[in-house]
Amino acid sequence: MLKFLLRRLGVAVLVALTVSMITFSLIYLSGDPAIALAGESASNEEIENIRQIYGYDRPIIVQYGDWLMRAVQGDLGRSHYLKSDISSVIVTRLPNTLILALCAISFALVLSIPLGVAAAIRPNSLIDRFALGLAVVGQALPSFWFALILIFFMSIQWRLLPITGTGSWKNFIMPAVALGYYVTPGVMRLTRAGMLEVLQSDYIRTAKAKGLRPMTVLFKHALRNAIIPVVSLAAVQFGFMLGGSIVIETIFAINGMGFLAWESIQRADLPMMQAIVLVLSCFYIVITFLADLLNAFLDPRIRVT
Amino acid sequence: MIRQIMKGLPIAAVALGICSGAALAGKSDDTLVWATDRESAVADPYYNRTRELVIIGNTVWDNLLLRNTKTGKYEPNLAKSFKWVDNVTLDFELRDDVKFHDGSPFGPEDVIYTVDFTTNKEHGVVTLKNVDWMKKVEKTGPHSIRIHLEKPFPAALAYLGQAVPIIKRGHYDKAPMTKEGKPDYAAVKPNGTGPYMITEVVPGEKIVMKKYDGYHKNGPKGTPQIANLVYRTIKEGNTRIAELLTGGIDWIWDVPKEQAEKLKATGQVTVENAKTLRISYIAFDVDGSSGNKAFMDQRVRQAFAHAINRQSIVTNLVGAAAQVINTPCHPDQTGCVQDVTGYDYDPEKAKALLKEAGYDKGLEFDIYAYREREFTEAVISDLAKVGVKAKLNFMQYKALREIAQKGSTAVHQMTWGSYSIPDASGCAGVFFVGGKDDPANDPKVNELIVKAGNVTDLAEREKLYKEAFQIISTKVYWLPMFTYAKNYAFNQNLDMTITSDEIPRFYTAKWK
Repeated sequence: MLKFLLRRLGVAVLVALTVSMITFSLIYLSGDPAIALAGESASNEEIENIRQIYGYDRPIIVQYGDWLMRAVQGDLGRSHYLKSDISSVIVTRLPNTLILALCAISFALVLSIPLGVAAAIRPNSLIDRFALGLAVVGQALPSFWFALILIFFMSIQWRLLPITGTGSWKNFIMPAVALGYYVTPGVMRLTRAGMLEVLQSDYIRTAKAKGLRPMTVLFKHALRNAIIPVVSLAAVQFGFMLGGSIVIETIFAINGMGFLAWESIQRADLPMMQAIVLVLSCFYIVITFLADLLNAFLDPRIRVT
Repeated sequence: MIRQIMKGLPIAAVALGICSGAALAGKSDDTLVWATDRESAVADPYYNRTRELVIIGNTVWDNLLLRNTKTGKYEPNLAKSFKWVDNVTLDFELRDDVKFHDGSPFGPEDVIYTVDFTTNKEHGVVTLKNVDWMKKVEKTGPHSIRIHLEKPFPAALAYLGQAVPIIKRGHYDKAPMTKEGKPDYAAVKPNGTGPYMITEVVPGEKIVMKKYDGYHKNGPKGTPQIANLVYRTIKEGNTRIAELLTGGIDWIWDVPKEQAEKLKATGQVTVENAKTLRISYIAFDVDGSSGNKAFMDQRVRQAFAHAINRQSIVTNLVGAAAQVINTPCHPDQTGCVQDVTGYDYDPEKAKALLKEAGYDKGLEFDIYAYREREFTEAVISDLAKVGVKAKLNFMQYKALREIAQKGSTAVHQMTWGSYSIPDASGCAGVFFVGGKDDPANDPKVNELIVKAGNVTDLAEREKLYKEAFQIISTKVYWLPMFTYAKNYAFNQNLDMTITSDEIPRFYTAKWK
């Protein structure tokens, strides 16, 4: 199992490096970073000066190699725009995104797993139709649209929740619901499908025949197997939330990593972009690694594959 | 596209009048919160060039002079009086009752330090051109100084009144060092003499200011009234509107015309449309470097000038405070004459000119733009009416400026804000003095514009500009389009005058 996990870890690191390398190159396609740094009113002399100061006149491969060597030593560099150490900026912004993503995934799992199980227990029942209906709506409803509906009712009309900021737990309710709701359909459908399949399997029939209590059969035997793909999906979705919550962070003015990434792209803050990609890739690796461990715990057969 | 779709709900909310009453939070806690879509992480006027920091710079720091927005004249601010000794020398008597936010007194040494530090290229201030016209400053008395200019520079007062905030002597000496061992000047704690002082900076989120109780009396900025001022970054426009309606913030700008009209109709917030120094222009590939040779023909460029209904764009899309322009500068800028040959909207004449140029069967080309897509779409629509097919390439500013400077664009529509400097040299002096930004590099035009930028006599300047602008207009190197107008929306309890230079004077605001 150790060999298996080490191999997967190695592949993941290679993926992170490849992603960072591609991102590094792609940023240049959006225009000259020196012009972006200099701003709209900059003279040509100022732009050329910036190009030389920041080393953008060097070949891209040299710039990438230089950055990678320093990153390996723990130096993520300095933001051109924010004029401060990138590591300190990320330390400030990452908690907001982590809190948002954790709240969102918790909301999604708490809503979707029980609903998926309930739907699987009674297929074609009212609860099953409700769950499937909720999934269809969740898939069809863009998260930004749902976020605006929430703002409309919860803040503008009823004045129950604050719209922007991160000052209190109340600030995270609407963004977490808007972000988490997007994940709910996939998790719910997967839970339902897994449970339906497992509940018809021989070992469940055997467990029932042995006279075990229905709740024990359901949660100890059935759910434990049905939830394995859900764990993998949740890990992937959690990783997506860390880097992909740009729209939600923008709407609710949450000063997090997604928003930072988008802003950094817009202002061609290359060192910041490179660091964000690296950090998020590492998070992604850790999350999927933990999901693998959890799945191996839930299903011992995985340990020997 | 997302922004387009997202217009829906807030507009509906406003239109239906569901929102209940404008907020009183700002007045109740004496805190004016204003928000834009841009963050200002660096709170230093010399190491940040965002519009937001220009505003904060004007609020937290003072200049020697201040432009009176009503009269357009420059009045002493940190100075008591000033006079031109000759066209390269300015004398100033300084106030002796001014103190920096840290309590230290202001004096001639601070002005000398500011100029010496910022004009030193090694210190890397981000807009060197704001200061590099000054040669040196010398102390001429206990409270007086003399500024020597590099060369005659008529816009000197404009820069001194806006772009040269005075820093305390030794201010940057305490700059922390970066890992690379370089001083981090942008990280020094702000310390100005302005009506408000910065108390907190949360990068990417907010800058908090409070009223400076020790602010000098009888200055042109007056005495600040509101106790606290907070600048917040809220990227999404609809969220800003929702926050304004629910009392989370008190002041926003850049409200799209459609939403501004609906907001105004509710009567719950104050909405104003005001002009700005920004202008829109269309530049042509005069030398054919893009590969499209059509625009080398003056008749084609003239046809475009007749085909585009600029007044209609102003009336229907930009706003009531905007106006059509004929020359490459803003009419409010000193020296910006407008009485040159213009081009009326005349599609038939445009068709005739195109036919004469050999394009009676039509013309296809790429047009580039980066801002207010709807303005360029209106241009494309007008051109289609005379048989010209333009394909829109909409991109980020940095990408467009790069290819425009390389001469790769057949036609591009861009904008220019002149650094908020109310002088024609802030625009014409950038685009028609030769170099990458000059579409034509016409030697005669270059000579006239450079000369106009260095003459202090206004009548002589206007004569030179007029001659240059007439050539530009006749040959249509540029098609100056219109001035910009901005929609502002703010708390009904806020009493504040909107000015045309995109620098809101929050220090003049008070609660009703």
